[in-house]
Amino acid sequence: MSSNLELILPSRIESVDEAASKAETFARENGFGDDVVSAVDLAVRESVANAVKHGNKFDEEKPVRVFFEAVPNEFSIQVRDHGSGFSVKEIPDPTDPANILNVSGRGILFMRSFMDEVEWVNHAEGGTVVKMIKRS
Amino acid sequence: MSDITISERQAGDVTILDLEGKVTIGEGSVALRNAIRRLLGEGKNKILLNLGSVGYIDSSGIGELVSSFTAVNKENGTLKLLNLTQKIQDLLAITKLLTVFDVYEDEAAALSSFE
Repeated sequence: MSSNLELILPSRIESVDEAASKAETFARENGFGDDVVSAVDLAVRESVANAVKHGNKFDEEKPVRVFFEAVPNEFSIQVRDHGSGFSVKEIPDPTDPANILNVSGRGILFMRSFMDEVEWVNHAEGGTVVKMIKRS
Repeated sequence: MSDITISERQAGDVTILDLEGKVTIGEGSVALRNAIRRLLGEGKNKILLNLGSVGYIDSSGIGELVSSFTAVNKENGTLKLLNLTQKIQDLLAITKLLTVFDVYEDEAAALSSFE
């Protein structure tokens, strides 16, 4: 048994709250507990914020596509932007003493810390998809 | 409705900002930035941020704490943190920022540390 939900959101900050709210409802409806809900909430917020800000650069013509899938004991998230792509290896380590006082650059660290799997894939039709899994 | 409420109290020459709500990308982070800028503009550079009622913070909010810390340091001031929730403590630990911030659980102890 699996269920899924797709959202197509405009590239604005309010979409972060909307995606997180829908993720929580979807996770609860599918029987996930506080640990999964809390991790998913954070991962959705950070990934959608990245898509809006860095991927689509607040261009409201470019949607952010969010896809949730729930199977027993596993919650999957995909967030796609329509940006020019990036290499995750080029993101500086925010815990390095040289970067520790940087204002930004911690979102990816949070996603990796709270989710069980995180990967970035270049979409065939452009943009980047971040795929994440949280297991209960 | 605003995501965050910031109330100001004065204890001697230390300004305490009580934050309530969310410090997240957008409004919450901007409100904190503006509050810190205003205090520095008024010459108030000993600042204690009470985060006990902050229900949620994201990487943008953490970045704003760092930005506030740096801005206050540049004005030869001191910014300290009070009453971290478990979640904020976890995020500051993951980012190794617990080694950067001076953190207190007790307001009186925090205030006397400024002397």
